[in-house]
Amino acid sequence: MFEYCNDPRALEGLQWLSCYLTTATHFSFYWSFVTVLLLLLVTAPLALAFGFAGAASARSHFLPLSWLGRIYIAGVRGVPDIVFFLFFVIALDQGLEWFKHLFVCEDLSQPVWSNGEFRVCPAAKVPLGNASPFMVTAYSFALAVTTFAIVFGAFAANVLYGAMNAVPRAQLETAEAYGMSQSQVFRRVLVPQMWIYALPGLSNLWIILIKSTPLLFLLGIKDAVYWARELGSAKTSGNNPYPHGDWRLFYFLALLVFYLMATRLSEIGLGKITRRLSRGQATRSGEEMRKAGGQA
Amino acid sequence: MSCWETIQAYAFRSLGYGERLLPKEGFDLCQQFTLIGSGLIWNIYFGTLALFFGFFLANAVALAKASRHAVLRKPAEWYIFLFRGSPLFIQFFLAYELLVLLPKAGIEIFGLHIETSWTTRAWAGALLTLFLNTAAYSAEIFYGALKTIPRGDLEAADAYGLSGWAKFRRIEWPTMLRLGWPAYTNEAIFLFHATTLVYFSGFPAFAQKGDALYYANYFADKTFNPFVPYPIVAFYFVLLTLAVTGLYGVVNRYLNRHLPSNQRQRIRLRPNLIR
Amino acid sequence: MKKLVLATALMAFGAAAQAQDAIKIATEGAYEPYNYIDQATGALVGFEVDLAAEICARAALSCEVIQNEWDSIIPNLQSGNYDAIMAGMSITEERQKVITFSENYTPPSKSAYMAASPEANIGDGAVIAAQVSTIQAGYIAEQAGVTLLEFASPDETVAAVKNGEADAVFADLDYLVPIAGDSGGELVMLNNDVALGGGIGIGLRQSDTELKAKLDGAIQSMKADGSLNALIEKYFGPEAEKF
Repeated sequence: MFEYCNDPRALEGLQWLSCYLTTATHFSFYWSFVTVLLLLLVTAPLALAFGFAGAASARSHFLPLSWLGRIYIAGVRGVPDIVFFLFFVIALDQGLEWFKHLFVCEDLSQPVWSNGEFRVCPAAKVPLGNASPFMVTAYSFALAVTTFAIVFGAFAANVLYGAMNAVPRAQLETAEAYGMSQSQVFRRVLVPQMWIYALPGLSNLWIILIKSTPLLFLLGIKDAVYWARELGSAKTSGNNPYPHGDWRLFYFLALLVFYLMATRLSEIGLGKITRRLSRGQATRSGEEMRKAGGQA
Repeated sequence: MSCWETIQAYAFRSLGYGERLLPKEGFDLCQQFTLIGSGLIWNIYFGTLALFFGFFLANAVALAKASRHAVLRKPAEWYIFLFRGSPLFIQFFLAYELLVLLPKAGIEIFGLHIETSWTTRAWAGALLTLFLNTAAYSAEIFYGALKTIPRGDLEAADAYGLSGWAKFRRIEWPTMLRLGWPAYTNEAIFLFHATTLVYFSGFPAFAQKGDALYYANYFADKTFNPFVPYPIVAFYFVLLTLAVTGLYGVVNRYLNRHLPSNQRQRIRLRPNLIR
Repeated sequence: MKKLVLATALMAFGAAAQAQDAIKIATEGAYEPYNYIDQATGALVGFEVDLAAEICARAALSCEVIQNEWDSIIPNLQSGNYDAIMAGMSITEERQKVITFSENYTPPSKSAYMAASPEANIGDGAVIAAQVSTIQAGYIAEQAGVTLLEFASPDETVAAVKNGEADAVFADLDYLVPIAGDSGGELVMLNNDVALGGGIGIGLRQSDTELKAKLDGAIQSMKADGSLNALIEKYFGPEAEKF
């Protein structure tokens, strides 16, 4: 980074620190915070979609679909997410490749699983064997996002299911009386009204999602926690230009500050959204706002 | 080794009883179910005790946060923010780092000799962390419930001439518990889930005595097949979750026993997963 | 956006250069000096990265070394996400039940104790720190009268000795020696080395016999002309065990 960094062993004090904190590995560390935020921004809508599908199917009048939704919600929620992460990514990866294998491989006579090994033809690998490192990273990122979305989707489904039940029945009955069909009631009356009931639960879920990002390293993503461990661990003088002792404490304190800030900012932002959504709703805060003259 | 012998040898391995060495071969389903089930004892230990002690602290902190006096309110707010705003594994890490700083020989206070070496062991150190963590989450739940006590209830209490401590003990506190109970049930479930982090990223395992995830990890490492031990942990936790839900449901019915059946609060599970 | 365009361009190149057999080798990237992240550049470096390049050149393979977390390194090999493991993995019976190994490229590695004082107790009643799921942890668990204290990472095992939680740490000799050297006398090596495992080899799928033959051939030729010994000396010092 700086001119004088070429011989770090000769440096001292602030100069040493300025070089140390601007190494390529430290920039990866700084970038990993962006990765974490990116993952959050991609996962949240996807988890919401999973949650919506789960809640809608749990409410379905078609029994098998309803059971499927309920099993998804109850099953995933009963299990600590960390346990889920420990085997699910490999399962998902194998599942994808097995599925692709059925379509692209010519020779389907060989068993896919044999003797503990999982084998599909090269054309069925995801990503392909000759994919660029960028594609490989993108794929593992996509796997991580999907896994997160499935886990958090179950929680979101639970919140949305509760919110759908919380919409006053009178509202739905009125809509039916106006001659709307089941799906029209769902789309035009139920869904627009349920958000305000879902918001406290979803806000909580968002904050929990932020705090579960340290589990990313289990999914093979080099996140902030991976880099904090890597950079903070003791470095001996033999092979390392910047030897130091066990500095994990400092790196973890930095992570602590990051997470506290992310939580705080989210709380402020979510508070604003809640106030906005309360406008014109048949709830206490909506009523209060109406009385106050619609200022939100 | 028959399955019954395996159970005899390993059912209490996590507490240090039975066979000293973990299984070296076989790794059949019986072994995995027994040893992982043995580890579950620790998950139940951490979860139950942290919830029990956490309940009392949570009540105190919730009241402090609702207090008019900033001396009480500010520390409570900061405590809740600190523990709810950061991931649990960082809390474990920092707790361990702080606890090992205590002098090994013990501390002398007013001539009393206090041993400190046990604090870095998981049964004490991780329990302390989980206790502080769940107290913060529960305090926020109780605080929220305290704020939503219907005004009518409080006015009725005034009308009956209740005030101060009597009003709190007979009206406010029971109502707070009743309103907060569904959310508190979720907190209990997720605290049990959080106990899997103790040996995974927090505290060292002593003489191979660990929790369910520790033994599952052992088997995954020996058999190189993650698809058997981790689903077993998942299975046990689904059972544990059902048991916790049932137990809290009983308390919930007790808290709601005076209400007409259509006004009772049903436990709706809300998420509070990893912290 | 620039990155993305570059990546697609690289992909096109990659497809053109498929003539040679391409394999992927996984390593952990957290086990100095075998395989680790260069502190300044962030690249994967170390004994095994250098060795992989040389072996691949001799076996006429085009190799790419990638990083994978230790816990899932064997399941991912089985799953076909890469073709070989070079991650300081000792050849043990347990592992040979599920995967196969190439010829060993280091002599059976020595494990050693490190403690805060040369008189530290490592026998009856001692508490010994080791990293969870290593052969060293397995070894300590079998010692009568010794209590095993397991940590998730190797750093924590060393920290446990410094802060008095454990009487000694038991780990690979090559890992501990530089740490003891840097500690300025705070930590000392105890001279009770134990040889564990059958040396380090390249982990392969049992069905990949052809690849195993190629890699074995390359390792044998490196042993024969002394280049393997030279590489061991470069990374582990002149006193290291050689072939």
